[in-house]
Amino acid sequence: MATRMETNTILEVEALIKSFGGVTALMDVNLKVPKGGIKAVIGPNGAGKTTLFNIITGTLAPTEGQVKFNGGIISGLKSHQIAALGISRTFQTVELFDNMTVLENVLTGQHLHCSSIFMACGLSLPMIRRQERGMIAKAEKILAFIGLGHKADAMADSLPLGERKILEIGRALATDPQLICLDEPAAGLNETETEAAARLIQAIKAKGITVLLVEHDMHIIMNISDEIMVLNYGEKIADGTPTEIQCNPKVIEAYLGDSECAFI
Amino acid sequence: MLEIRKTPMVAVAAAIVLFPLLAAAIPAMNHYTGIMVFAGIYCLITIGLSILMGYAGQISLGHAAFFGIGAYTSGILTTQIRIDPWLALIAGILAAALVAVAVGAPSLKLKGHYLAMATLAFGIIVNIVFREQVALTGGPDGMGGIPRMQLFGLMIDSTQKFYYLVWALVSGAFLFTVNLLQSPAGRALRAIHTSEPAASAMGIDIARTKIIVFVYSAALASLAGSLYAHYMNFINPSSFDLFFSIKLIIMITLGGMHTLWGAVLGSILIAFLSLEWLHFFEEFEIVVYGGILLAVTIFLPHGLAGVPAMLRNRLRR
Repeated sequence: MATRMETNTILEVEALIKSFGGVTALMDVNLKVPKGGIKAVIGPNGAGKTTLFNIITGTLAPTEGQVKFNGGIISGLKSHQIAALGISRTFQTVELFDNMTVLENVLTGQHLHCSSIFMACGLSLPMIRRQERGMIAKAEKILAFIGLGHKADAMADSLPLGERKILEIGRALATDPQLICLDEPAAGLNETETEAAARLIQAIKAKGITVLLVEHDMHIIMNISDEIMVLNYGEKIADGTPTEIQCNPKVIEAYLGDSECAFI
Repeated sequence: MLEIRKTPMVAVAAAIVLFPLLAAAIPAMNHYTGIMVFAGIYCLITIGLSILMGYAGQISLGHAAFFGIGAYTSGILTTQIRIDPWLALIAGILAAALVAVAVGAPSLKLKGHYLAMATLAFGIIVNIVFREQVALTGGPDGMGGIPRMQLFGLMIDSTQKFYYLVWALVSGAFLFTVNLLQSPAGRALRAIHTSEPAASAMGIDIARTKIIVFVYSAALASLAGSLYAHYMNFINPSSFDLFFSIKLIIMITLGGMHTLWGAVLGSILIAFLSLEWLHFFEEFEIVVYGGILLAVTIFLPHGLAGVPAMLRNRLRR
């Protein structure tokens, strides 16, 4: 039974500590992400959520502890190596390629799955041109999936924030990830845009891609998450289903300093 | 899509082919073909520098060194071992590529000012080597007797022939680079320029990509250097000094470093300025360049190639 549990965990963070100089951003954090589900990480500002993401995706190295993906240790690898293993991400402060079109952003997301041999590209060999046609077809499918098909040729920086966030998710999907890490996909969005983002996240789950989510919008979190982990001042204070989390006294205290069920 | 349209390329190609005929027909313009040879040589360097700086976002203040490595490799190998100029040219490209890997691997990890300082120092060191290795390079007096080139048995012995050789190579480099920019390799470069964290999250190996583009730009500069050596038949270290590196930066800044056309335009303009129009300034020439650089960065941040778009925007408002 125990081994069965292991194979169902896609990502495992063990005894993770991260300190910046004297400040401890993450203190002995453990996290298990079940395969195929939506796991959310919540917590007040400065709780260490983005730091956790940056360690999982290789932007930062942990001070202590390790991260395992599909059973193999990935902490210490570089970002692009972790991306190649099947973890993709979006950024809290949208990091699109603003000097490119919407379509090109998604094409760039396919970098891992295409040949980019310098000489072949410069000489525009038939193999590269054939590959490019295939890539464009795939990018158009992804754009249709995220609902930005009509904006393919627009410059990325001309999109409103809601669409920029969606495009970032599309670009991450283009890497064919097993796990996608979304850093505040609904931050700064209005109600309609937030609902669209929530629907998209559920559609991603339906494709069999595991979602790890950092988000402030409690409505979205409670509605779509299968499991929630709560961080406060770099420490894990709770981990469980949305219902369990809502009535966890530690969580309520961290958020409200009160003892009634939160987020209802 | 990245806009590099076909029509202007065809028009420019026609202009390149016809230019020497026109220049030969008008007495006052006879020597323009010679100036255009230099412009073409500059173009080869600035095309590489433009994708390094404008597209990949890395600065180099030492590209005169790679230009010099090409020129001296060609000069030394063809005069002292007497190998074929084309083999020497390839040897120069390989030498420049090796040096670029050795220099690029540590220094491309640096950012902004630090990368500028590292490449600046590199350029100065290489120039000192040219000056001090007297036995090989002839030192400050330079080296002469560099033979002309042949192509398929045809001796490239006139300015006009050399013009066509150089501009054929420029066209090749231009097309190669255009293809590159529209390919996965080029998108990786442009991605790095906008956001390194996002680029690596997409699986792009940033260090490797930067080194590849650095090597490419070094190889083009070396190619230009070899052509320069065979055209002048004489080289000396002052052609490959810091001032030339800065002149290259002025070329792509003036033309506009975000487009390859800017590199071509800037190279031609600076060639005419330095070889024809700025003669009467003599030693104050450098002040004029300073003025150009200052004016362009303040008033035309996208260079001359960005002027049409700027005017369009202004009219719309």
